[in-house]
Amino acid sequence: MSGTREDSVALTVSRRRRNRWLALGAVAVALAAVLAFLLAGLGENLVYYWGPTELRAAGDRAIGATIRLGGQVVAGSVRRGGSVSGIEFDVADRKGGQVHVKASGVPPQMFREGIGVVVEGTMTRAGYFDGQRLMVSHGSEYRTPREGEDVDMRQLIKSTQGLAGKKEP
Amino acid sequence: MTAALGRYLILLSLLAATAGALVAFASAARRNDTGWRWTRRLAYAYAAAIAAANAMMIWALLRPDFSVGYVATVGSRSVPKWVAVVSLWSSLEGSILFWGFVLGVYLAAATWRSHASQAEYLPWASGVWLSTAAFFSLLLAGPAQPFATVPFPPSDGPGPNALLQNHVLMAVHPPFLYAGYVGITIPFGLAVAALFAGRLGAGLLRTLRIWLLVPWTFLTVAIVLGGWWAYEVLGWGGYWAWDPVENASLLPWLTATAALHSALLVERRAVLKGWTVSLVIASFLLTILGTFMTRSGVFNSVHAFTQSPIGPAILAFLALATVFSLVLLAWRIDALAPEGRLEPGLSRDTLLLLGNLLLIVFAFTVLIGTVFPLIVDAVRHQQMSVGRPYFDRMVVPLGVGLLILKGLGPALPWRRSSKPTLLGALLWPLVGAVLAAGVGLAAGARNAWTLLTLFFAGYAAQVALRELWRPVSQRLSRASAERPRIGRRRVAAHVVHLGAVVVFVGVAVSSTMGVSKEVALSKGESFAIGHYTLTFAGADVVSEAHREAVVARVDVAQDGRRLATMAPRMNYYASQQNPVGTPAVRSNVFEDLYLSLLNVDPSRQTLGLHALVNPMVGWIWAGMIVMALGAGVALLPARRPLPDNGRAGGASDADVPDAR
Repeated sequence: MSGTREDSVALTVSRRRRNRWLALGAVAVALAAVLAFLLAGLGENLVYYWGPTELRAAGDRAIGATIRLGGQVVAGSVRRGGSVSGIEFDVADRKGGQVHVKASGVPPQMFREGIGVVVEGTMTRAGYFDGQRLMVSHGSEYRTPREGEDVDMRQLIKSTQGLAGKKEP
Repeated sequence: MTAALGRYLILLSLLAATAGALVAFASAARRNDTGWRWTRRLAYAYAAAIAAANAMMIWALLRPDFSVGYVATVGSRSVPKWVAVVSLWSSLEGSILFWGFVLGVYLAAATWRSHASQAEYLPWASGVWLSTAAFFSLLLAGPAQPFATVPFPPSDGPGPNALLQNHVLMAVHPPFLYAGYVGITIPFGLAVAALFAGRLGAGLLRTLRIWLLVPWTFLTVAIVLGGWWAYEVLGWGGYWAWDPVENASLLPWLTATAALHSALLVERRAVLKGWTVSLVIASFLLTILGTFMTRSGVFNSVHAFTQSPIGPAILAFLALATVFSLVLLAWRIDALAPEGRLEPGLSRDTLLLLGNLLLIVFAFTVLIGTVFPLIVDAVRHQQMSVGRPYFDRMVVPLGVGLLILKGLGPALPWRRSSKPTLLGALLWPLVGAVLAAGVGLAAGARNAWTLLTLFFAGYAAQVALRELWRPVSQRLSRASAERPRIGRRRVAAHVVHLGAVVVFVGVAVSSTMGVSKEVALSKGESFAIGHYTLTFAGADVVSEAHREAVVARVDVAQDGRRLATMAPRMNYYASQQNPVGTPAVRSNVFEDLYLSLLNVDPSRQTLGLHALVNPMVGWIWAGMIVMALGAGVALLPARRPLPDNGRAGGASDADVPDAR
């Protein structure tokens, strides 16, 4: 750097100090605004991983919210719809919760009674779960919960497959 | 025997990396030439040891030798040879071993390319590289243990995850991803060196930029290949789902892209030095965060392997690296004060700055959406994820904003200029913009974001093409004696931009203009989608060497004319209870017909079919190839140092000896 600039450098340093606080303040305000905006967007688009019991406990909060409902298909509850696609069944967990599910679309290859499933959809005022997507648990990893044991939601979600629009195997 | 030798090689690599890091830091602090020579030797020793360990593992996988722990978990006698080799990175321990190999290659290459003029900062950088290498060797020696000895070797193993052996792209995507991820270690080391040395001069800046561009190129290809693989294999008809693991690869790409652009301002205006260095450091930290997210099982996806102590170890390394970086930045960033000045007003300079801000907000948005569920789970033990609408709503406007800048920025001259110049530069590309949007309208695009994307894609494409044409036309018009020199970097930049514009168009059109249908069919039944008529012609059971499959035959017709028979299938692997579907895709330039089996019953001859018409998906893959080629042009060794004749005079110009 050339020597002739040294005076102006000293001057700019003091000015820069003052400006730095202003700039820091502006950045902080902008960051807070962006963060608030993002968090608001997050709040509206959360997907909850619930079992039937948590779903019941959530009450009205579950209506309209995006939920991944995990549990077991109750034996004897499966009814194929009149049309070829569309299916109805009950999903239960070991805490005694049970929810009726009406799912649209074609069920995946492994779908059957007694298997662990995750259904993405939302709760309706009519009291049934409106499923948009149906995933079936991955047999090699997921084991059926024992008596008195709850469905491990993390394990169940990890072991599901067939969900359109999602990469989980 | 193999196992013991492998463990020995890993210990050797750990020893070389640790000793090298210590010697490097010591020689950096004391400016000691002997120390620096030893650092180089130890770096080569590390690379050789870890490469030999990888070769051992591949050999063990090919034999297969089930007395090696990793082979016992992923090896199999029944898989083809290429799957056996690919198994190296198909599971956790092997992928860390492969990580070490890639780092070894980078380390050797960066050390080999270094020369005496860089003695001021290279020892610092080497210290950082070798420290990172030492950490991953420590992982391999401690918690990962790919070469653990199996006391009673099984007669056969399960083979790698069926999804991963289902498509050849799996052999390509991970190496590119590692080459991208691991490679950011090199610019990170250089950035740290700039802070220690308190200087980011022209020489270091050029080295930094090249070593950032290399992993950036690999990462670009890897991200698109990952989407391609998902599209060809997973069968849900899309290529991007804002899965945490996809986000993990996108985050460092965004910050690295920002750094590549802010480096231009460092070069020309001698401003934003600290900012650029911070971006490079952030990119590195985000790769480690990504490694933690993909390799620790905190997220559930195809990439996440099982829970193990490796996760916490990587988290500890991330914390350490973050604290180290923050302290170093706080302590030294004042040394990188600007020497020049950024002039206000509408110019390429200011738009570069704006683009940087947008990229950072983009990265921030994705980061929040990715880690939020982790935080909620840790604090409130609630399981949730962030839905796709969050990302789409937040990111689409940012993406379009970036596309606008991609057009406007290169259209504008550097520095402030007069109004007529500005108008002339900015108005012409509107022709391309209107053309692109018009074609979109005529083809049926009605989504406002899609039309906006097409409009600005046309704008940016015309700007890039004009900039690429200019040197050619100058060459043609002048005598060969007075050839204007073409800045290769500039050509490269515009080619990369052109490729990115193609990707933008592909993403916008494919995500808004597709058609999708789910149907259940019996043999002989038909249905219509788009302008195709599909008929289920039957399903057969097929036996292959390493799997059984049910293959459906679906006849495709258009306007009564038969086009093809497509064969989506369900593959059954011996090691896996559940079948793995493989979709069938039929592509032309403008659209893909995509068929994926939901279920199939060969005895009753029925199937459930997910059929999609995806317009312009192929443009994404094509755009990626153009981007990679463009970046490759920038990385070719220069035949001679070329002065960048497009540069305006400035305070920093004396610092920029050539234009490579």
